[in-house]
Amino acid sequence: MKKQFGKKTIAVTMSVMCMVGLLTGCGNNASSTGSDGSDDANLTGSITAAGSSALKPLVDDAVDAFNEKYPDVNITVDAGGSGEGLKQVSEGTVDIGNSDVEASEKLDAAKAAELVDHRVCVVTMAPIVNKDVTESGVTNLTKQQLIDIFTGKITNWKEVGGADENIVLITRPESSGTRATFKKYALDGADEASNKSMETDDSGVLLQNVKSTKGAIGYVALSYLVDETGVDTISIDGVEPTLENTYSGKYPVWTYEHMYTKGTPDEVTQEFLDYIMSDEYGEKMETLGYGVSSKMQVKEH
Amino acid sequence: MNRINRAKRADRVMTIIFYCIAVFFFVLLASFAGYVIIKGFAGAKLSMFKFARRGSIGNQLFNTIYLVFLSLLITVPIGAFAGIYLAKYSKEGIVTKFIRMCIETLSSLPSIVVGLFGYLVFLVIMGLDKSLMAGALSVSILTLPLITTTTEDAIRGLPPGYFEASMGLGSTRWQAIFHVLLPACLPRIMTGIILAAGRGFGEAAVLLYTTGSGTNIRWSNWDLSSPTCPLNPFRSAETLSLQIWDLQVNGQNQDLANLASAVLLILVLAFSIGANVLSNRINKKNSGEKA
Amino acid sequence: MNSKKGMFAKEYLWRTIVTICGLFVIVITLVIGAFLVYKGSGTFLKFNHTIGEFLFSADWAPVDNMEGGGSVGTLIFIVGSLSTCGLGLLIATPFALGSAIFMTEISPKFGEKFYRPVIQIFAGIPSVVYGWVGLTVLVPAIRNIFDRQVGHSILAAGLVLAIMIFPTITSVSADAIRSVPREYRMGAYGMGSTRWQTIYKIVLPASASGIFSAIILGLARAFGEALAVAMVIGQTTALPTSIFSTTKSLTTEITAQMGNAMEGGETKTALWTLALLLFLISLLFIFLIHFLSRKKPETSGRAAKKSIRAKMEAANEQN
Repeated sequence: MKKQFGKKTIAVTMSVMCMVGLLTGCGNNASSTGSDGSDDANLTGSITAAGSSALKPLVDDAVDAFNEKYPDVNITVDAGGSGEGLKQVSEGTVDIGNSDVEASEKLDAAKAAELVDHRVCVVTMAPIVNKDVTESGVTNLTKQQLIDIFTGKITNWKEVGGADENIVLITRPESSGTRATFKKYALDGADEASNKSMETDDSGVLLQNVKSTKGAIGYVALSYLVDETGVDTISIDGVEPTLENTYSGKYPVWTYEHMYTKGTPDEVTQEFLDYIMSDEYGEKMETLGYGVSSKMQVKEH
Repeated sequence: MNRINRAKRADRVMTIIFYCIAVFFFVLLASFAGYVIIKGFAGAKLSMFKFARRGSIGNQLFNTIYLVFLSLLITVPIGAFAGIYLAKYSKEGIVTKFIRMCIETLSSLPSIVVGLFGYLVFLVIMGLDKSLMAGALSVSILTLPLITTTTEDAIRGLPPGYFEASMGLGSTRWQAIFHVLLPACLPRIMTGIILAAGRGFGEAAVLLYTTGSGTNIRWSNWDLSSPTCPLNPFRSAETLSLQIWDLQVNGQNQDLANLASAVLLILVLAFSIGANVLSNRINKKNSGEKA
Repeated sequence: MNSKKGMFAKEYLWRTIVTICGLFVIVITLVIGAFLVYKGSGTFLKFNHTIGEFLFSADWAPVDNMEGGGSVGTLIFIVGSLSTCGLGLLIATPFALGSAIFMTEISPKFGEKFYRPVIQIFAGIPSVVYGWVGLTVLVPAIRNIFDRQVGHSILAAGLVLAIMIFPTITSVSADAIRSVPREYRMGAYGMGSTRWQTIYKIVLPASASGIFSAIILGLARAFGEALAVAMVIGQTTALPTSIFSTTKSLTTEITAQMGNAMEGGETKTALWTLALLLFLISLLFIFLIHFLSRKKPETSGRAAKKSIRAKMEAANEQN
């Protein structure tokens, strides 16, 4: 009998603990966002960001550098996709929404109007191929060839001067920001042949697929290629996809990355955004494969 | 005579087949585990074991355990009670059938749908931030059916004599359940909890929208209300599986992702062995009492 | 102990709590169902597509904005999901049952000490790890063995799913088999049955309903799996023609596009409808399996015992 009481006591204690945990937790939920500390070194507060997975590595890195300066600012960065990032910033569940595309493309006009755009960097999209393609002699494609390949008109590498091998198209899903940019500026708006291409959810997986599939062609942002030697980039109309060519306007396939805030950001958020776009951080940004917005000689396409 | 020989031969053949299947899968699973663990540790650097904000797995490991713990705190009572209800209180009828359907439906929900549902209910409607608690609640939806089913099956699996004898001695239904049935089927319920915990350890899609994938905690901070306190259940947290997903889809730091996979595997391993030892001990103790 | 009155008060209290927990399961399922219906009905109500188009057309090209006007045929995804899960189940079930029998009937000691923990571990590996190993080991292997340019295929997805659901089916059906009372086996052995006859004629029928629920759980996991399948199925918007075809499944399309699509737009609404469809298909499956398993002998009640006794006698007669 004693034992039975023991068990009961445990059960009751457990459920009480559970309840108490929930209640106290709720009480503590008020976050300590924002502060009016005008002294920079004492800048405190917390920032949450969510959205584009392509932008996350950069923001993560910037947070590290920013925290060295302001150790008391607490920043968390989530992925989730551009659409989710924009939705969440618009609903107010995060402070910053990271996006590959303009807010107006993923939100209705009224909601998009509430958001303030911060063009933090430039990403350049490069066509990439399996090593065997460049080894067989294809290192450059004209824009027309590229369009024909991605729309499924050209299906064999020998038609563009390579080996006799089927072309395997590896692309991104319809709603992906990377795909939208590539379609707009590299394919002049032509629709990819979706019934002939393999779509991959993420650039990292796409890279792996191109690396291991012979005759494969796909596209990723330059930031994924910094330490990557398993795939080769292809020039478009003789122009190599590099940051320099993007700055000078020679290479056309690039887009701004956006960090949206709802209305004017609070002081801490503003400080963080300023830091990412500063010249001080710009150098670091380039080593990660992202372009600095202020260096663009052509501002718009 | 011939028939008996045939039966015996069939028995031998089937025994060999079962051994083959068992050995094959044992080898397959063991080599899978070996592959993941060896690959993980081969590329590991010492700095990856730290509890740093980035480039290490310490915080994620802690978050994973904490999150699963929180979600079990929610599901185990509800799931076990629901299982008891189904096994001993409900009458066979439309309601019971409907509950069973619901359980099976719940367990077949794709985790991303649960994630988005959790986002809507816990974040947008209830106003929680992206947090461990929101994640734990969402994971609970996924693990609830598992615990309910195993509890129900465990109780039903007991010989009817247990319950009848207890009732015969004048106990109430609840006393019979709590003092006789539950202790007797604890090892099997434990299996369900382990499976549920396993699902929680490995879950990524659900957590993506609910816990967030950023962690910023300070180990010197033990003020529960602070967002950087490790034990605050209302802070944003990245778990190991989220970290693996994040690193792999972004093609960043493959070595770290491999190490995280290996550590997650070892975590599940340790947990599973521990729980088994525990349930064996309970088993022994119970059979000792009975004797 | 307490007074009699307290005892019954407690009984009613616990009965209430337990009933509430049972009903909670219904509530949460209904809420999720309602949520999916609310989110998913937009395809038909707001964007004016017909259910016929949605189910039977293979033309999938929704427009990612509020105006709509694209096409939302999901036949490809339905076929993709059914074929990958079916293949996975087909591969996993015999092996899982074999393993379950091995660890309960043939070598219970080894099974309990080693096999069970190993299997439980595999239930806890994140799907993304399965997917990644599938992508880096299985896909190249298929490419080399079958000499194809692309290794991504329904076959690869089916194999990955089979390995993923194997632990679930094995451990749940092992539990079901173990709960068959010892007397059944003793009876069968006592009548001179071999071990295989006991397993085949007595133990398996007696645990049939448990095994069915194991298969349902496995199927459910396979159906809802997204990340691992997405990596190896080679997401192509085309109907599969063989097990080497690349195609898409319901879940892969949802995960691929959900995060990026425009809130309230045609694509996102169509994705919610996909989720609703997934929900309905699993319901259908559950109905089907219940319907099938009802024909098998039940484990509870006198009728079952009678039928098992009849089986035991039949088994004996054969000898």
